Amino acid sequence: MIGNGIGTVQLKRSSRLLIPVAKNWAVIFLFLLIAVFSFTGRGFFSLTNFQNILHLSTIFLLLSAAETYVIITGGIDLSVGFVMGLSSVLSAKIMQLLHAAALPQPASILIGSMVGITISLIPGLVSGALIARLNVPPFIATLGMWGVTNGITLRICQGFPISFLPSKLVELGNGYLFYILPGRAFSFLHKPPGLQDTQIRELIRIFPNSLLFSLMVLFILWHVLKHTKFGQHTYAIGGSMDASVRAGINVKKHLIAIYTLSSFLAGLAGVFNVFQTGIGNFTPFSAMYELFAIAGVIIGGASLMGGKGAIVGSCIGAVMIRLLENGLSISGVEPFYRFIAVGLILIMAVVIDQMFPELF
Amino acid sequence: MDPNHSSENKKGFLIFLGRRWALIFLILECLVFSFTTEAFFSLRGIQIVLFYGTTIFLLGTAETFVIITGGIDLSVGFVMGFASIVSAKLVVLFTNMGVSPGVSILVGVLLTWLIGLIPGYVNGSLVARLNVPPFIATFSMLGITHGTSELLIRGVPAKNLPYLANAIGNGYFIYSVPGKVVSFFQKPEIQRGELLLEIIPNMVVIAFVFILIFAFILKNTKFGQHTYAIGGSTDAALRVGINVKTHLIKVYMISSFFATLSGTVYMLQYVTGKADAGAPFLLDAIVAVVIGGASLYGGIGTVGGTILGCLILSVLETGLRIMGVPTFDKYIAVGVILILAVLIDQFFPELIHRED
Amino acid sequence: MGYVLEVKNITKRFGGLVAVDNVSMGVNAGEVVGLLGDNGAGKSTLIKMVSGVYHPDGGKIFFMGQEIRITTPMDALALGIETIYQDLALAENLNVYSNIFLGREKLKKILGLIKVLDHEYMLVESRKVLKKLEIEVPSLKNRISMLSGGQRQAVAISRSMYWDAKFLIMDEPTAALGIAEQKKVLDLVRLLKSQGLGIIIISHQLHDVFSVADRLVIMRRGEKVAERITKDTDPNEVVGLIVGAETVKR
Repeated sequence: MIGNGIGTVQLKRSSRLLIPVAKNWAVIFLFLLIAVFSFTGRGFFSLTNFQNILHLSTIFLLLSAAETYVIITGGIDLSVGFVMGLSSVLSAKIMQLLHAAALPQPASILIGSMVGITISLIPGLVSGALIARLNVPPFIATLGMWGVTNGITLRICQGFPISFLPSKLVELGNGYLFYILPGRAFSFLHKPPGLQDTQIRELIRIFPNSLLFSLMVLFILWHVLKHTKFGQHTYAIGGSMDASVRAGINVKKHLIAIYTLSSFLAGLAGVFNVFQTGIGNFTPFSAMYELFAIAGVIIGGASLMGGKGAIVGSCIGAVMIRLLENGLSISGVEPFYRFIAVGLILIMAVVIDQMFPELF
Repeated sequence: MDPNHSSENKKGFLIFLGRRWALIFLILECLVFSFTTEAFFSLRGIQIVLFYGTTIFLLGTAETFVIITGGIDLSVGFVMGFASIVSAKLVVLFTNMGVSPGVSILVGVLLTWLIGLIPGYVNGSLVARLNVPPFIATFSMLGITHGTSELLIRGVPAKNLPYLANAIGNGYFIYSVPGKVVSFFQKPEIQRGELLLEIIPNMVVIAFVFILIFAFILKNTKFGQHTYAIGGSTDAALRVGINVKTHLIKVYMISSFFATLSGTVYMLQYVTGKADAGAPFLLDAIVAVVIGGASLYGGIGTVGGTILGCLILSVLETGLRIMGVPTFDKYIAVGVILILAVLIDQFFPELIHRED
Repeated sequence: MGYVLEVKNITKRFGGLVAVDNVSMGVNAGEVVGLLGDNGAGKSTLIKMVSGVYHPDGGKIFFMGQEIRITTPMDALALGIETIYQDLALAENLNVYSNIFLGREKLKKILGLIKVLDHEYMLVESRKVLKKLEIEVPSLKNRISMLSGGQRQAVAISRSMYWDAKFLIMDEPTAALGIAEQKKVLDLVRLLKSQGLGIIIISHQLHDVFSVADRLVIMRRGEKVAERITKDTDPNEVVGLIVGAETVKR
């Protein structure tokens, strides 16, 4: 577009305040939401609820993290939702089979998870190869994978969720690190034994297991993106693929790695999903996981053009969306308002990004 | 080069085939299905393909315009659902007010068409005036229309639509009892044992009237030319004085119009409104446009190509359904076809894009 | 003086930055003026004010002796001020004659009612103008993406000429061209000059500018620092003026 100014703009005094606000608008908005919902919803501002939000955010955090890497390189991965479904269904199927074959629970859970995660590397490898070597646009390549993985998933589960899984699964998936009965009991990883019903209600749970695992994964991802050569090259490719090629970066290999990573994380999310819900399920169309994952990343400050973005931002974006849903439903607002809300926030994110391009 | 040289001829022939690969694929597809199923390549079979394909023809046309400008419209599926709900509600409203079914339907549908321009206007404004990337703008609109649809419906699907709606939606243009009667729009009385031919569903007629009009516009008018220009180089278009902003808004309104049209067609076919009626078709529409030769980067594409892509998908779906193959495999097939389409485009650009 | 185009005391600011500072200059009919200066000197900004992309913050623009206000690119085009940008502003996906008529497509009526594109007319007229400019292009129906750099440049120039340009602004016309094509473009410039056009050329290629320009205007940091008649100066002096060296060798 023509008509934009050249050079730097002299900042007036008043706009100096605007800058830090604009730069951190997502976090500020998040706190605003928390404040508002604390008033409009009973029980919103509680330890239990916040942990619940984080617990449910796990999958979205992983998916948004996956998309972060991809989007920074200027690409997009539309298949994450269905790869997640594939891994969910596949790992559940294996767990079900092994469990029925009377294998000890930990073994069947572990093997099932491993298989799910490993197989989910494949769609990413294929997408990456298509994009890097055959120059297929990422939108199309991952769209194609979207179709293929969905088809395979549905074939495996025939349209039905997979159940009869080892019972320890759900315990682990929905468990917390610490359980405290004030003044009476304290235990790690599982509920204190021998409690009466009334006592169970008073139990304080701290730190969901799922959050622990996802934080570990996210920390690694954050570190890699921010502090390693791999991360640096990811930004470089997004900024200018040409320049990266000429600087000697093996762009093809890097892109394949990125898409494989993305689908790996989607596979991980699928396994987490099995742990949390206790069943293996295909991803329905209407879930639109990939779109929400991408929305989280954009809200977090990335640009679809590539070259910008961060794990922290994407996490804030992902959590914000979940928080919205939770807050709205607790406040008694019909849940579909969140679609409208997410849409508006997304637009806001982009417009703010446009208004202050030098900042981000 | 001696044009009579046999290898030149062979190459020319291959190029000829290559350019029309989609058409050839479609023909092959039809042949395969007519062998593996009964009655596929019959009048009935073709009608079914067209009937179910109507949605994707309309959504595909919607996306064609937007994709040519280098953008994309993710909201078409939910605008379709929104339109189906709005039109259903309006028709019921008018009927309850005592207006005759025919008029209720007519006015309800026309009003919906008008209302359905709004999402497009908003999309276009976001993209053109606020510089919001089309992906984001239309994704937001997807959410907003979805939310609004659910709001209107509050979980209760629209019902009590007049029977006339069903008759129109599922009726045919031409009815014929061979040798005896030919009638338009009205099903004639038949004796037992007589054969009734039903030709061309009404909805297909309506859809194609609009599709043909807009295909003409795209190909032969200044508006169409400018659409391609903007897709090819927005900068160039700006500098020769084309009002890119207004044009883009109009393009997104066209997209939203076709999505709305599809929604009203859905309402007439299924006599109800459903918020996510169009959701599964979004990706199909985009795939159809790409198969039809458009580039997601913009500047290239035709309505004809898109319709070809839609036919390929529609035939695939119908064929698989008749064969009793679970639709799961359809997704795999579509995914593969999509990638093939792009690869062919990549490897043989001279085939597809050269004009002489 | 009878300038075709003249700017007086023209100024443009972007926030606190003054991109063009009180510049005055003019171009006669049948004259080529070379606008020179280093990056950031303000050359592009200056011509963008003449072509309607930017609005001046101060000063006046005169065309054929009349003061004019240009608010959009369309205004400039309507007056006959055509600009050929560095990136040519051609649509890659459209063919040659479509580009020549871009934005001003010729329509014809069919069935007495509907206005459609008149491809025949546009093709024939394009052939005429290309012939007049002695330009050869394999087929006017080919997409621009299939043309060489020089051919594209020629199409861009043809577009301007078709619309009866009275004043032509060329931004880096020879930048991405090979030697043979550079020569062709410069020949074209001389042809246009002989047809009475006023032309401003911005270019970093001093030898190109020296070979076609009658006068040189040099800018530095937004200001006009010198004006020279080409045959009364040499590249060394000009370079010195561009970079602001205190000592100028003769």
